[in-house]
Amino acid sequence: MIDGVSIEDLALTRGDRALFSGFDLKLGRGEAVALVGANGAGKTSLLRCVAGLLRPAAGKVRFLDGQIELEAADVRAHGLHLLGHHDGLKSARKAWDELVFQVRWTGGTLAAAESARERLKLGPLCDLEIRKLSAGQRRRVALARLVASPRPLWLLDEPFAPLDAERRAVFGALMSEHLAGGGMILAAVHDPLPIKTRQVEVGA
Amino acid sequence: MNGLSALIRRELALAWGGGGGPLLGLTFFATITTLLPLAIGAEPSRLAAIATGAAWVALALSTLLSLERLFERDYEDGALDLLAIGPAPLEAVCFVKCLAQWIATGLPLAIAAPIGALALNAPSELAPMIFVTALIGGLGFSFTGGIGAALSLGSRRGGVLVAVIVLPLFVFPIIFGAGAIEAYASHLMGWKSGLAFLGAYSLTFTAIGPFFMAAACRNAIS
Repeated sequence: MIDGVSIEDLALTRGDRALFSGFDLKLGRGEAVALVGANGAGKTSLLRCVAGLLRPAAGKVRFLDGQIELEAADVRAHGLHLLGHHDGLKSARKAWDELVFQVRWTGGTLAAAESARERLKLGPLCDLEIRKLSAGQRRRVALARLVASPRPLWLLDEPFAPLDAERRAVFGALMSEHLAGGGMILAAVHDPLPIKTRQVEVGA
Repeated sequence: MNGLSALIRRELALAWGGGGGPLLGLTFFATITTLLPLAIGAEPSRLAAIATGAAWVALALSTLLSLERLFERDYEDGALDLLAIGPAPLEAVCFVKCLAQWIATGLPLAIAAPIGALALNAPSELAPMIFVTALIGGLGFSFTGGIGAALSLGSRRGGVLVAVIVLPLFVFPIIFGAGAIEAYASHLMGWKSGLAFLGAYSLTFTAIGPFFMAAACRNAIS
């Protein structure tokens, strides 16, 4: 399975505006990279490009297994999580139903969803409709799928922004675990993450 | 497939529950068929002449009503991103969404269509034929409508845009469907070919529609 991401000479544009060009980044097993940069520098776009939702103007994103280059579409379908500002949770549905859907859609099992619920202490939220949750509670429900369906590459966009200090610590521990198991994290952040990261500036 | 079965269950739940579900379309259908006699006059012979055609137009409009939000909700809350990089190709996702749409609103409307037509004084022996054509036509409506819904993603006033894109495409199933019923009513042999054309139209759009929708969705989220 995927144990490296190589971004080479990447250039992104939004409309007519060039965000950045000549961007290089290598990410290996157990590594976390924090993408920093001003608002609008292109951090979110970079994550979406790695996920395959945006086509780069130039350059390549390659997924590696040792020296072998993997089929990008395959990796994107089975090997990565993208968690952005919009969590994809349907406001009219119960938190548990949505959590189970997201977990099963990303390849996890019902049992895994249940254990993620215990782990993240989501029990009391599960019977509520998504629209009744606060921003932080919503984020916790969305983060649960990272735990419940194991995928090696996490692409996170401001994952901690709405979370309180205690929840940040809990999720920090989960991230360390993910890295210790050979996972990779690429996160766009403004505040430092509670784990050891390498900082890379976007759009400098 | 695990993922797709989870998706179809979620889509059905959303189509049944969210935003009024089939009830909205059915109420709209009932309202149009009630307004017609008030506008045209309640004379039975006059109503009987237009009953099946009117039911078909009402059917097309009612389907349109629920199509608007088919992709819009997923686009707004980011679920479309999740669906686009999931285990199944986006084409399959679009297919499942339209299929769920057809089951949740097309099926109830197909049951309502003969009732509406009978209320407008259509001959009762036409009821099964109206049901069958509405069911097949509804499949075509869902998959053509899905194209319009995907194309209008991200535009303001998407609902009006969907109508402008989709209604011209509804011309063919209305001609074939209403034509088949008309021929059947006057005991002409042509009704079979009308039904065949309607089926061909629906199946064609069921087959090619998801590719258009997926392309339009990819364009919208990039």
